[in-house]
Amino acid sequence: MNTEVFGVISIFIISLVLAIPLGRYIAKIYAGDKTLLDPIVNPIEKLIFKVSGINATDEMNWKQHLKALLSVNMVWFFLCFFVLLTQGMLPLNPDNNPSMTADLAFNTAISFLVNCNLQHYSGESGLSYLSQMVLMFLQFVSAGIGMAAAAMVFLAMKERATDKLGNFYNFFLKSCIRVLLPLSAVVAVILIFSGTPMTFEGKDKIVTLQGDTSEVSRGSAAAFIGIKHIGTNGGGFFGANSAHPLENPTYFTNAVELCAQLLIPFAMIFALGFYLKKRKFSYVVFGVMTIGFLLLVVPTVISELNGNPAIERMGITQATGAMEGKEVRFGPAISGFWSIATTVISTGSVNSMHDSAMPVAGATQLLAMMINAFYGGCGVGWLNFYVFIILAVFISGLMVGRTPEFLGKKIEAREVKIAAFIAILHPFLILTGTALASYLAANDTAMGYWFSGNAASWLNNPGHHGFSEMLYEYTSSAANNGSGFEGLGDNNPFWNITTGIVLLLSRFIPIIGPLAIAGLLASKKYIPESAGTLKTDTTIFGVMVFAVIAIIAALSFFPALALGPLAEYFSLK
Amino acid sequence: MKNIFSILKFTFLLVILFAVIYPLAIYGMAQFSPNKGKGETITQNGRVVGYQKIGQKFNTLNYFWGRPSAVDYNGAGSGGSNKGASNEEYLALVQKRIDTFLIAHPYLNKLQIPAEMVTASGSGLDPNISPQGALIQVKRVANERKIAEKKIKELVEAQCNRPSIMGPKTVNVLALNVALNELK
Repeated sequence: MNTEVFGVISIFIISLVLAIPLGRYIAKIYAGDKTLLDPIVNPIEKLIFKVSGINATDEMNWKQHLKALLSVNMVWFFLCFFVLLTQGMLPLNPDNNPSMTADLAFNTAISFLVNCNLQHYSGESGLSYLSQMVLMFLQFVSAGIGMAAAAMVFLAMKERATDKLGNFYNFFLKSCIRVLLPLSAVVAVILIFSGTPMTFEGKDKIVTLQGDTSEVSRGSAAAFIGIKHIGTNGGGFFGANSAHPLENPTYFTNAVELCAQLLIPFAMIFALGFYLKKRKFSYVVFGVMTIGFLLLVVPTVISELNGNPAIERMGITQATGAMEGKEVRFGPAISGFWSIATTVISTGSVNSMHDSAMPVAGATQLLAMMINAFYGGCGVGWLNFYVFIILAVFISGLMVGRTPEFLGKKIEAREVKIAAFIAILHPFLILTGTALASYLAANDTAMGYWFSGNAASWLNNPGHHGFSEMLYEYTSSAANNGSGFEGLGDNNPFWNITTGIVLLLSRFIPIIGPLAIAGLLASKKYIPESAGTLKTDTTIFGVMVFAVIAIIAALSFFPALALGPLAEYFSLK
Repeated sequence: MKNIFSILKFTFLLVILFAVIYPLAIYGMAQFSPNKGKGETITQNGRVVGYQKIGQKFNTLNYFWGRPSAVDYNGAGSGGSNKGASNEEYLALVQKRIDTFLIAHPYLNKLQIPAEMVTASGSGLDPNISPQGALIQVKRVANERKIAEKKIKELVEAQCNRPSIMGPKTVNVLALNVALNELK
């Protein structure tokens, strides 16, 4: 047991230690400084820009950034949608898996486009190797999009008045080629030497030791899993995601995959400090996030280690913790830790089945995605947190009776309206979706085209836990997370289409909002700091931001959590 | 229009880089890994009996058993039961597994059965059980194979992986059973 807890602590610390130099490196890249990789990557980037006819030195304002961002996403969506719809007829399909239905292709294309990777299929039987490659492409570029958006916001926070905010394509390509690609390759190579397959051969037929015939799925998994974690995508190559013994073969690979997903979200916060030369500010942000993270991690790990009281009553000792849905090689401690890391960070890969987690863990996993601002996904984590900072600055300003200012820029009605809208959109999407689905399930409505059978049969568990399954699905979609209470019967038009819409709205609006705020603020006059300025690099301001986040989350989500995991917790006692 | 054309060319080049060159480079590296990236297998008497990392179904009395599986150890699929901790139907299933296990191991007290032997894994392909999970089966296997209990217990101990720094204690069931077949 102690070796398990020690594992959790060391993995967190190792990620932190690696993230600081990476943050310095990322800051250098966005500032255009020289780095070690320059001689190799400069020519590649130049070639790509030259052939595509994109001028990467054109300075863009925030609207041009958005236009470029949205247009490339549109093209990628159609590319992916088309491949998924026709994969059965396309090459690289040794297992002869069929083409996707339109609603599933819609959901899958969007979910990989928006860095969510909600998967309503199982990789072994649902995708050809060609589709896996195309989805892997989206895993790279969707992470790059988030980082490019964050980079623009970094630049906008500089102490000057301008509407020239760098070039979108430049930030984007640099993020992909100089950060995501090399890190993913490192992870992939570690994985292939630990037993993860990287082959284009299909399923293998074997006769087992005791004489049964069985098949084993393989594939080009290692390359996929590298970017899956580095890019905080989380989409599994196999159905069971990182619980699958080929996707995550050992305790060591589990540690590597955990570090890989924590790395860039950590590093982006440090990068901000290095980039703006405001290290103290980034430590305050990181501190607030870490306190929030630990408040979620500790109860989760404890409740998983304590095991299931209902099974204990049957006379089975829970000395090794709650094992339903968990793998012996990981154990409950690191599985509990992973479940919070993956939900806080918007990765959404799982190494244990969240549906079978203890009620306390279910509640903290949900809460992590409902807050969606502690660390967060590649780049977008910072954007979400930025919205809360604007709100906190505004509220603090009201409290002391001064015009709110943030880094020398006045925060006015327009910016606050945008920030408030973004902060409310997230609970709105989650609760509307859940309300609709639970209304249908409660009435056991006949669903016609939308679902074969009556609505209640999409649940895998009765009662409070069934409600949690629906709540989890929309929360995961709205947080662009991608993990699931996978018992839910979600591969049907109802879930594919409703979550697809939630995914789209909750990806692009929370990118548009912060970019607009940052762009508006950047063009305002710079007011030098004076005695009356609200200092944003202090503990008090950190507490203020934390309070804003906690209050918004509590007001929005407490009733839903009370109906689901909390009620289940008290019924299990 | 010129813009769209640029984006298409840009996309094409990125697809080449991330979905062709990157995976091929990793594939190239995989040629130097065990079994060339096709997954490590275990052989016995010249026959491939399975993949090292993928659990198999064992339900005959002369082998050590692995964990219950929600997908019946089908390696072409994977997944857990996704049953919630408070689900009555699920708890009844666990009770049934306990009873079945006790019938095959009548010498056991319930309290000796570790949790993983009566709960399904996340992948349904978990290759491992805990040392305790293997040790409680020794007597049954010894009786069935007519080998001294002590010898089999030593074999289990040799197959146990007990990390001193990080992670839980494990035994690979397939590797243990392969070693068991080689025991004279």
